[in-house]
Amino acid sequence: MEILVCVKRVPDNEENEIEVSADGSDIDRSDIVYSVNEWDNYAVEEAIQLVDEHGGSVTVVTVGDDESDEILRREMAMGANNGLLLKDDAFNGSDGKGISTILKSAAEKGNYDLIMTGAQADDGAGQVGGMLAALLDYPYASLVNKVEVMDDKKLKVGREIEGGNQELNEIDLPCVLSIQTGINEPRYVGIRGIRKVASVDIPSMGASDLGLAGDAVGDGAAKVKKVDYFVPELGEGAEMLEGDTDEIIDKLIELLKAKGGLK
Amino acid sequence: MAQLFAYITYKDGVADDSALELIEAAKKIDAGADVTAVVTGSGGDLDTVCNEMAASYKEVIKIDNEALAYPNAEVVRKALLNVLPADGIILITHDTFGMDLSPGLSIKMGSTFVADVVDFEGVDGSTLKIIRQEYGGQVTTHVNCDISAGAVINVRPGVFQPDESKGAAGGSVTDKSGDAGDLTTGRRFLEIVEAEVGDVDITKSEVLVSVGRGIEDEDNIEVAEELAEAMGADVSCSRPIVDQKWLEKSRQVGTSGQTVKPKVYMAMGISGSFQHMGGIKGAPFIVAVNKNPKAPIFQLADVGIVEDILDFMPELTEKIKGM
Repeated sequence: MEILVCVKRVPDNEENEIEVSADGSDIDRSDIVYSVNEWDNYAVEEAIQLVDEHGGSVTVVTVGDDESDEILRREMAMGANNGLLLKDDAFNGSDGKGISTILKSAAEKGNYDLIMTGAQADDGAGQVGGMLAALLDYPYASLVNKVEVMDDKKLKVGREIEGGNQELNEIDLPCVLSIQTGINEPRYVGIRGIRKVASVDIPSMGASDLGLAGDAVGDGAAKVKKVDYFVPELGEGAEMLEGDTDEIIDKLIELLKAKGGLK
Repeated sequence: MAQLFAYITYKDGVADDSALELIEAAKKIDAGADVTAVVTGSGGDLDTVCNEMAASYKEVIKIDNEALAYPNAEVVRKALLNVLPADGIILITHDTFGMDLSPGLSIKMGSTFVADVVDFEGVDGSTLKIIRQEYGGQVTTHVNCDISAGAVINVRPGVFQPDESKGAAGGSVTDKSGDAGDLTTGRRFLEIVEAEVGDVDITKSEVLVSVGRGIEDEDNIEVAEELAEAMGADVSCSRPIVDQKWLEKSRQVGTSGQTVKPKVYMAMGISGSFQHMGGIKGAPFIVAVNKNPKAPIFQLADVGIVEDILDFMPELTEKIKGM
């Protein structure tokens, strides 16, 4: 099974407190730690496990810049066989459809049975998987938390739905799946693993390599445009308890007693 | 202004709460617009929901087909594509179904997609101005969206409060089943596997000590368990804890987990994503402890404390035990 996994380099949500930059044009990136989008790690792990069991290869692809090289290498250290960097100034300012259009062109350069994405990334839109599937005219399932190969033409996939329930579907190959966290336990990548792939050649493709017209992607084609970041006025929010920890705890215990929180 | 549609989801013949929220969302796009409800399905449940919607929507489009008996997003997409005008503005709830349906629908419609909208700031020419959040609600953005060729807009559930006084729209139901076309797809629904029942039913708990990423390590779960024991509470958690397999799925609070209705909810090291908060009902007293002062939970809690839960919880436990 030939599998393509789309990954993204994002500010690490666990490591950073995300704040709006001084001029509101972006988030404050001065002290940001980047990593692979959390959901994508689960997708890569799932792909590696499928290939371990059924044969084939895993290719990780990203639309990014030179900095994105490091996340492709990280996923290759996990066990992905190939990396592919899609990089071109013409890609800058792409909206979700633009990114999906770039990925579609890359997918068509290969012969993939299965394409996976993370269920969502830093902007929380969760759109690239579904758009990519529609552009390729492949069937799609989102929020996938179980993948089982039925035969060489179809998979059984579980989708996470409301209330902790799971929706089981049969889906024809080739298809696109967006992977939900918790589907597996992504393997640990150590320094030694990263070193092993440090000198592997990762090919890069631009708009002309992909046969993409400059006006099909990028800022000019984007119909969804971020204007600015801001801090909304959300009313009062929580009453913040301040002071030394002892005082805070005394005040909290009083409140908990009043609200029925202590028995 | 293009025509506005709201796709209605329902279960066992009862419309989802979001069905009426979409009317309010549409009003924020165009105060004077009439929104048409679109309901798909098969048989008696479909008719029940169509009639229920006609009390709130002036127009209801019904699409009845056996292939739509279960809302498989791939099948629904084909039906909507054949029935709705390509330049329409289609509002869909941003839940696990809407996330499945909408991105692909927008591509097939040739229209613009925006996910998880939390507010609208009106229309300027063919630009719809919307507000959404990024990084799990840590920052908010203004987004301009070109709707000249139509749009599919996913609206965050629970944000737009329905107008309860309405309910006399006297709407009519139009049957468009004949336009649905070929509904065969490459993805076929098999069955629903119900969530496993855990050792503790947190939906019945009056007090919950709920832990999130701030717990940092599996070994620290017992710190929360000790606090819960001292308080006479049960331990619940947010999604990352279940992803790590540190607690059972049955302990997870949120739209993809359990819906709880406690009196007091102690959010310990939980950032407060809308998917998590969507699982907390009945307006409990919420205490948030988080070392990140920017955590969205502080906008949603009643009481906030900026501390590391790993230091704070043991001290609180000691004090309660000593009472």
